[in-house]
Amino acid sequence: MQYLLMLYAEEAGWNRLTKAEQEKGVAAYKAYTEALSKAGVLKGSNRLQPSSAATTVRVANGKPQVLDGPYVESKEQIGGYYLIDVADLDAAISWASRCPGASHGVVEVRPSWQMPA
Amino acid sequence: MANAGVNCAAGERMSFPGGDAQARDDARETADAVARRSYGKLVAFLAARTREVAAAEDALSEAFATALADWPAKGCPANPEGWLLTVARRKVIDMHRGRRRHEIAAEQLRVLAEGLDAAAAKAEIPDQRLALMFACAHPAIEAGIRAPLILQVVLGLDAKRIASAFLTSPEAMGKRLVRAKDKIRLAGIPFRIPGREELPARLDTVLDAIYAAFAEGWIDAAGTDMARRDLAEEAIFVCRLVTELLPTAPEALGLLALMLYAEARRHARRNLRGEYVPLAEQDRALWDSQMIVEAEALLQRASDLGSIGRYQLEGALQSAHVHRCRTGHANWAEVVQLYDALLALSGSPVVAINRSLAIAEMHGARAALDALQEVAADARLADYQPYWAARAELLAKTGAHDEARQAYEIAIGLERDPSVRRFLQQRQSALPS
Repeated sequence: MQYLLMLYAEEAGWNRLTKAEQEKGVAAYKAYTEALSKAGVLKGSNRLQPSSAATTVRVANGKPQVLDGPYVESKEQIGGYYLIDVADLDAAISWASRCPGASHGVVEVRPSWQMPA
Repeated sequence: MANAGVNCAAGERMSFPGGDAQARDDARETADAVARRSYGKLVAFLAARTREVAAAEDALSEAFATALADWPAKGCPANPEGWLLTVARRKVIDMHRGRRRHEIAAEQLRVLAEGLDAAAAKAEIPDQRLALMFACAHPAIEAGIRAPLILQVVLGLDAKRIASAFLTSPEAMGKRLVRAKDKIRLAGIPFRIPGREELPARLDTVLDAIYAAFAEGWIDAAGTDMARRDLAEEAIFVCRLVTELLPTAPEALGLLALMLYAEARRHARRNLRGEYVPLAEQDRALWDSQMIVEAEALLQRASDLGSIGRYQLEGALQSAHVHRCRTGHANWAEVVQLYDALLALSGSPVVAINRSLAIAEMHGARAALDALQEVAADARLADYQPYWAARAELLAKTGAHDEARQAYEIAIGLERDPSVRRFLQQRQSALPS
């Protein structure tokens, strides 16, 4: 099954880290991504720009409405994701708990919609 | 419990137009027996591959309904379990066929059918009830629905009965059960017994759910409410099952012992007028000594496994209470020690209350009130009846009658069991004014 691991964290947190701490953080994510890839479960991943770079779009009365900012204003925002393919929820939870994001934020595990085969 | 599966399975379809009354009774009896013995086993087996619990339940209901229609006329099959599985399997495959029409689905269907056929052909269906319970009590399932879910899928209790035991409406309970089953399927919660490292923590969630079911059933100790009384028995049945399938899990043995101790005293907890009788005043002739013997043996087995836990400690406390009441030998030091260990393990204010009552027996009410003061600030106690009842009891003993009266007042206001309420009212009015 495919699961999307969505990494939520306090956005201001990153800038409060020292340069050395930031480097350590990046290294931890790199190692984690490498481990997912070696295990053959990684389907895709990205780090996202902060929510200040977000734009929301909706169409109302046939006209697109474009707004500055994320959909939900909150201190904690999605900062990246991993799409993984594993056997079941336990395997997904096991990977999520090893994600550096689970230690400084929250990882939401969402199964992807399965098309009826 | 005996007819649980059939009742919920066949519902109102259990009428036999014509036919021989004896054959009907025999068929019903056999179906009841199979339901009790095998309902959960069949659900677990049908759902293990697909994780579709609701579909497995539906298929099995139809199979039971078919059985009740067929067996009186054609006689009960030699292997009723296998018969039901074969019919239910066909229903599951029909359901899949209805929904999925692609080539790949056909291949999946073939694999599914072969697996189920092979099992039905064997005399013994592999028991995957434990794996099913681990799925139901998975940490990803809302904690409050785990106990009802286990009762439903393992025993076949219907949502209406479960709702009445858990004091909610059948509609609300039904919705929450459906949502939980959807979660199992959609989130890909596995049907398996966790590995050695994970097992103790994951087993705790299963045991907690079983104990929650028991506690709900225990509230009505007089047994006036059938749904509730049965629930305690069901919880014991399910826990026994866990100890059979997982014989070296000390906490499962501890929980079974704990529940048997409590159940053994059920008839002594109320007098003939239905009034609440506290432990020290119970008629010990009314205790079920066979259950107590079993509980003692279970605790011994658990302790031989060399890993202590909450339920074993609570079981040991029950054992100490039974021993004291029977021999008249005051063992409060031992009791306080057990509470100390339990408090260290759980940090629960409820444990602290019981500990303070044991301290009262050893060092007097004043010392007990001091001990109770340590947890008095815990917000969870504000609406917890036993806290106020304990406080009232201790205050009365120190002669603080006005404060005791107030504490009784709060306890009475919080209690939902009328007989316990009457007991507290009697205590309150016995205070010197």
